[in-house]
Amino acid sequence: MDEITARQAEFLKEHRRHHHLVAFCRFLAFFLFLAAWEISTDLHLIDAFIFSSPSRIVRTIIDMSRDGSIFRHTGITLYETLLSFALVILVSFLTATVLWFSNTVSEILEPWLVILNSLPKSALAPLLIVWLGASTRTIIVAGMSVAVFGSIISMYTAFRDTDGEKLKLIYTLGGNRLQALRCVVFPSSVPSIISILKVNIGLCLVGVIIGEFLAAREGLGYLIIYASQIFKLNYLITALIILCIIAFCFYQIIQKLEHDIRKARNL
Amino acid sequence: MNPLLEVSHVCYSYHTLSGETQALTDITFSVEEGEFLAVVGPSGCGKSTLLSLLAGLMQPEQGTIHISQSPVSRRQTNIGYMLQKDHLFEWRTVYQNVILGLEIQKRQTAENLAHVEQMLKDYGLAAFKGSRPSELSGGMRQRAALIRTLALDPSLLLLDEPFSALDYQTRLNVCDDVYQIIKKEKKSAILVTHDLSEAISMAERILNLSKRPAKISRIISVQFQETELTPMKKRQAPEFKDYFNEIWKELNSYG
Repeated sequence: MDEITARQAEFLKEHRRHHHLVAFCRFLAFFLFLAAWEISTDLHLIDAFIFSSPSRIVRTIIDMSRDGSIFRHTGITLYETLLSFALVILVSFLTATVLWFSNTVSEILEPWLVILNSLPKSALAPLLIVWLGASTRTIIVAGMSVAVFGSIISMYTAFRDTDGEKLKLIYTLGGNRLQALRCVVFPSSVPSIISILKVNIGLCLVGVIIGEFLAAREGLGYLIIYASQIFKLNYLITALIILCIIAFCFYQIIQKLEHDIRKARNL
Repeated sequence: MNPLLEVSHVCYSYHTLSGETQALTDITFSVEEGEFLAVVGPSGCGKSTLLSLLAGLMQPEQGTIHISQSPVSRRQTNIGYMLQKDHLFEWRTVYQNVILGLEIQKRQTAENLAHVEQMLKDYGLAAFKGSRPSELSGGMRQRAALIRTLALDPSLLLLDEPFSALDYQTRLNVCDDVYQIIKKEKKSAILVTHDLSEAISMAERILNLSKRPAKISRIISVQFQETELTPMKKRQAPEFKDYFNEIWKELNSYG
């Protein structure tokens, strides 16, 4: 397969050309948007005080980098999000395992989980502040509260959807339920678990920002609320941009993880 | 000499809220050491239920099942069960798949592993030890599944329509392969199938089940004049057609 035909070469060239065109247009759209924003503030078509502008944002980022505050706020938010994410995954994994082991327990808990999952979690945040105080702990619990119930439900569903015949195989080989869990249920649930990770990292970020709105002195959520109260829209939009970048990075990391697992499993 | 497997007066019913469904009534038969028995019957007559009972996955409501004189239970290990599909796990290599049973029972002794190696070599899978199951052909997958079962050195093999997921050509070949492997390893086997030709070409005795609730309607011994025939050869033997007609009539008389 070293030789490629002219038609194949043509196809590959066409494919690359399309790829480059898409990449170029993406950047072009972004650039045009920034240019339109900058020019319309310069010409006073829109009010720079309310709408900010790309050059003001760049200046804000430089200023905040100089005094280090941008790194402090971002770091705090990242730390809280990752910690609540890790706890969500741990808690939902353990709970889903218990539910899988006992049909009775899962039948008892199911309606409660569904109710808790459909509750608007932002409504919980004020309660959490009263219970846990205005601290990092509250923010992490707020982050968890948004994701954890849905995560338990989807992980349990993934475990329960395991092919019954594959479980039967383990039993015919003399295995018990624990071995079925280890040899079949966990490995066959990996693709579902990755999509659960994908959804939940975003949800944890949402929860952490809600928590920071109400109970923080640091972090991007705090920065957003603070900036809106003193009308420093440059700060607010800077914080939003950083959030975009964080969300994008999280997504990429999990995408990479998914890719590596697929490759390792040769799928 | 006592038979290897003794099933006496076994009954089993399924219970749901809408009622009780009798699956098996008064099933009594036995299997000798080294014998190949086939179970045929109309679909849904309880053939798979019978195998699940024999494998100890379920307990009979009445009656007893003994293997080598000891009652069957779930944790016992001298029964090998081959399911309809091979169920090789894609997240394991072929080798990791065939030693799955040994791993579960924590019997990865040098002796058992050597036996697995030998079987892989004998049955043409040695070169694929490190491959993923998806790289194997249908026939090879079925052989790998059989080696996984044989690795535990069961005294009795239960085959639950093990060829039904294969295309016709592969099916005939795999049927030959599996038959020869079972004979070579000197195993007793019970084959459940709805394919009469498969039953006649592999088994020494054929147990006919009636419609649900299943009873044994007849046990037919299959004998060919020429001995040592492969399943493929038996299909061409003159007696084959007679047996086919006999069992066909038997099945339909209960239809």
